[in-house]
Amino acid sequence: MEPTPIVFMILAMVVIWGSLLASTVFLATRPEVATWPPGGPTDEEDAALDDID
Amino acid sequence: MAARAGADPEARPHWSGQMGFVLSAIGSAVGLGNLWRFPAVAYENGGGAFLIPYLVAFFTAGVPILWLDYAIGHRYRGSPPLALRRIQRRFEALGWFQVGLNVLISLFYAALLAWSASYFVFAFTRRWGADTETFFYDTYLRRPAGAGFNLDFVPATAGPLALVWLAVIVIIALGVRRGVERANVVFIPLLTVAFVLLVGRSMYLPGAETGLDALFTPNLHRLLEPSIWIAAYGQIFFTLSISYGIMMTYSSYRRRKANQTTTGLVVALANGSFEMLAGIGVFCALGFMAAKEGSPIDHLVGDSGAGLAFITYPRVVSEMPSSAFFGVVFFGSMFMAGFTSLLSNVQVVVASAQDKFNLSARQAALFVCGPMAVFSLLLFGTTSAFYTLDVMDHWVNNVGIVVSAVALSVLVVWVARKGRELTYHLTVLSTLSVGRIWRSFAGTFGPFVLVVWLVQWLYSTYANGYHSYPRWFLIADGWGAIAVCGLVGVVFTVLPWRSQPDDFTPWPEFSPQVAQRLAHWEDTLLDLSADDPFEAGEK
Amino acid sequence: MATKAKPKSTTGIDGRPQWSGQVGFIISAIGSAVGLGNIWRFPGVAYENGGGAFLIPYLVALLTAGIPILFLDYAIGHRFRGSAPLALRRVKRWLETLGWFQVTICVVIAIYYAAILAWAISYFVFSFNQKWGDDTGGFMYGSYLHLADTPGFSFDFVAGVLIPLALVWIAVIVVMALGVAKGVEKANIVFMPTLAIAFLILVIRSVFLPGAKDGLNAFFTPDFSKLGDPDVWIAAYGQIFFSLSIAFGIMITYSSYRKHRANQTTPGLVVGFANSSFELLAGIGVFSIVGFMAHEQNVAVADLSGLKGVSLAFVTFPKVISQMPGSALFGALFFGSLFAAGFTSLTSILQVIMAGIQDKFKVSERNSALMVGVPLAVVSLLFFGTTTGLYVLDVMDNWANNIGIIISAIIMTICVLWVAGKYKELAFHLSSLSTFKVKWTWLVLVGIFSPLLLIYMFGQVMYNLIKSGYDPSSYTRAFEFKAGWLVFILMVAASIVMTFVRWKEDPDKFEAWPGFTGKEF
Repeated sequence: MEPTPIVFMILAMVVIWGSLLASTVFLATRPEVATWPPGGPTDEEDAALDDID
Repeated sequence: MAARAGADPEARPHWSGQMGFVLSAIGSAVGLGNLWRFPAVAYENGGGAFLIPYLVAFFTAGVPILWLDYAIGHRYRGSPPLALRRIQRRFEALGWFQVGLNVLISLFYAALLAWSASYFVFAFTRRWGADTETFFYDTYLRRPAGAGFNLDFVPATAGPLALVWLAVIVIIALGVRRGVERANVVFIPLLTVAFVLLVGRSMYLPGAETGLDALFTPNLHRLLEPSIWIAAYGQIFFTLSISYGIMMTYSSYRRRKANQTTTGLVVALANGSFEMLAGIGVFCALGFMAAKEGSPIDHLVGDSGAGLAFITYPRVVSEMPSSAFFGVVFFGSMFMAGFTSLLSNVQVVVASAQDKFNLSARQAALFVCGPMAVFSLLLFGTTSAFYTLDVMDHWVNNVGIVVSAVALSVLVVWVARKGRELTYHLTVLSTLSVGRIWRSFAGTFGPFVLVVWLVQWLYSTYANGYHSYPRWFLIADGWGAIAVCGLVGVVFTVLPWRSQPDDFTPWPEFSPQVAQRLAHWEDTLLDLSADDPFEAGEK
Repeated sequence: MATKAKPKSTTGIDGRPQWSGQVGFIISAIGSAVGLGNIWRFPGVAYENGGGAFLIPYLVALLTAGIPILFLDYAIGHRFRGSAPLALRRVKRWLETLGWFQVTICVVIAIYYAAILAWAISYFVFSFNQKWGDDTGGFMYGSYLHLADTPGFSFDFVAGVLIPLALVWIAVIVVMALGVAKGVEKANIVFMPTLAIAFLILVIRSVFLPGAKDGLNAFFTPDFSKLGDPDVWIAAYGQIFFSLSIAFGIMITYSSYRKHRANQTTPGLVVGFANSSFELLAGIGVFSIVGFMAHEQNVAVADLSGLKGVSLAFVTFPKVISQMPGSALFGALFFGSLFAAGFTSLTSILQVIMAGIQDKFKVSERNSALMVGVPLAVVSLLFFGTTTGLYVLDVMDNWANNIGIIISAIIMTICVLWVAGKYKELAFHLSSLSTFKVKWTWLVLVGIFSPLLLIYMFGQVMYNLIKSGYDPSSYTRAFEFKAGWLVFILMVAASIVMTFVRWKEDPDKFEAWPGFTGKEF
């Protein structure tokens, strides 16, 4: 391959795949907000479904 | 009276009485379409047999939708944006869409009137000569070879066009009663007399009976073709001036206690009668022409539009014994029929501006009609006028008005569920009651037929285009016109009101108790011994 | 989080089906976004629009329109907890019609999407012995599809297509009947990693083919002069828009199956970038193979044709595969990937329809799978099991995508945010639940920039369609009207009718959580 295309290929990979990686990492580190708005069903309630089966 | 229209329903201008309203409504319904569209449509679609689908369409779609217009305009007392807003806020946009349609129709309708006025003058000397086609397109309109837009003004058309607008502005400025109603009170009887004379005389032309044979010979087997029925619904729909705000506006100027359905029936039938008369007159003349030239009549019918009026008819007139009479009366009638229709179109625009921006009739005439006159001259005072007009006319009628009608029925009857309330309104005020049957025709059957019409129109236009115009021109002039109306609908709805449109209670009150009585009455409609539940009302 | 050893249930407290967790949702959402378009549309579009330089408009489009609209879908579906018709009705009563319109788009797409999957299955089998021979075009259109000479509607069935098509429908109905968690999610969890691995093997192998570097050169060489061409930008927005599966109900439906406290925007970013990543991978693979083909035929890459769409997958590729060492494996990998990518998208499309029916008529997942799947299968077989299938497919595809989805997106962005005035509430919803906060930037992008751009695109599409027709060299305008506009009109009519049908249970008895008074924003 020639240099310019290589640069662009790498650029594309870095930017797009990199963003995927970055966003995945971001999600992994902060999967959910730490402080929830008050009210609404709790996680326990949401999980109460466990007993339905 | 002060023509200031605002929140107070009593400040609204009024007709002098039922007669003034009926004449004005007839003036609006009877227009150029009656003269040059009906004869050709009837001829092409089964001749005498066309009467059957025509009447069916008349009673199943024309009259019911006309009544719907009346009921909305009268109960909610306003121009389309105001009346529709009072049904449900968002419907105001449909009202402005209808205003947009009326603006565009006014722009080109004025041009057709200017042409009629010119031909009225030409008729005295038969200036069109032997080759009426070349005269119309080249000498008079100076039409260029290809469709497009340009700004090469033609004094011979721009001059009369300016005069037409001047007359419109003066009459509108005088207000509903002193302007619009007076013009109709003068023109409509005059038109009737002139046209009856013309048709009566035409029947004695040699060859007239062959023309009438052609028009009335029934091709009963053609009744099985769906296209004939579609054509009948189209004709009824376009000829009655329904569903795009005119009848709404006109009926909003009536007294609070005003007979609704019966007047509607009168107006619709008057329109149909005039159409029939025009058919007879035109075909007598064509029969005469065919006899003179020794050619079959269908060669002459070719065009159902402007061509019939400005090319075929002048040619016939030149051949006639006392040709100044025929020409002058024909084009004079055409001008009168068209002028009263134009006034109604402009009145919708003016009334809407008055309602929203709290203007007097004089201010509205100036600020609304002035700019319209300028645009009319720019678009239709030029050499490209014919093309622009032809395409815009075709789209505004076939797409704009049909869409408006479908939206009106569906929104009012189905979305806002006002069917019963309007039934009550029509019934309690009128000498002719309506019920479920009316609701199903105005709310379900009518829109259904129109959707079928629209789909078949879209199909043929998408597949075949329109005449031989380039597609870009159809998009710019046809779809562009529809887009402009849509834009008007959105923009003017967003602008703030300078009056209090929502400070309003419809009369007579439609309380739950009344609704129950109405339902009971509808259930026992065929039971003649049942009491009239409404006689206790204020009627 | 409550982590219990018990098996997870498949419905939430409100009786709505639920994903097993965040990962299940993300994988399913990626499965939906990654579809046939990624494999056969992106490479060609990028190549035609500036090659390497296309990266710039592509990324801009992803960030300024794709992801913002994706967030909007998530926010609507999750806050108002419903299928497209239910959630949009809860935004504003009359928007229910838009919801049904999105459902009808899915109906149209589903019936032709299944047909392409059927072809992929056939070709998967054909690839074992390269049954397509030398004349792959002749094979595809002649021996396989028995394509009629003129476009139209016929009922001459082609057994070779009919049977795999029936199989696709049976498989998909079974998966749908198992429900969101046990069917759709499981299918995605099986198919997506398989797809990733298979496709990666395919791409790596193809990069080492002789001539691959010429193809990659052609693909990545930047033509910066193209950046001044507005059409290139429009193409980028179009590509992003169609490849992300946004604005026609899928993402609304999928996010309604998440639990109440679910991170919104960050998974959205992951899904968006995963889709683009796969697209890029597909570009590399496709152009390596294209380069190999050019090398074999001794021509320049620029002189090759058939680099997009059906002909890329079913005509150009088979030809290359025959010339490659290890053809059978390579072919099986390619068509297997195509099938896997398409199958997960098809399930998501059907889920939109089923969810709408479930919400409106309160039927079970199993019953709705039959109510929706069987009639669609019949229609799909009638249309696409015949000799004229390809023509109908081509036209319907263009209308559903270019007209239907764009209209849906324009109405949704403008009406939900501005007419219904939900802009603050939705921004609040996204921000309060998510680890990646959005506010005014998002609102400007999704509420102003995107609709304006989409209106422009729509105007351009309409202008060209009316002026020149869709493909005047292949179809009469009458045929285009019937397969395109008439179908579109029926879609609108069906949406209106469905809006007037009575709900089995009151849909408006609902309170959005977390509560929003207007001050929180």
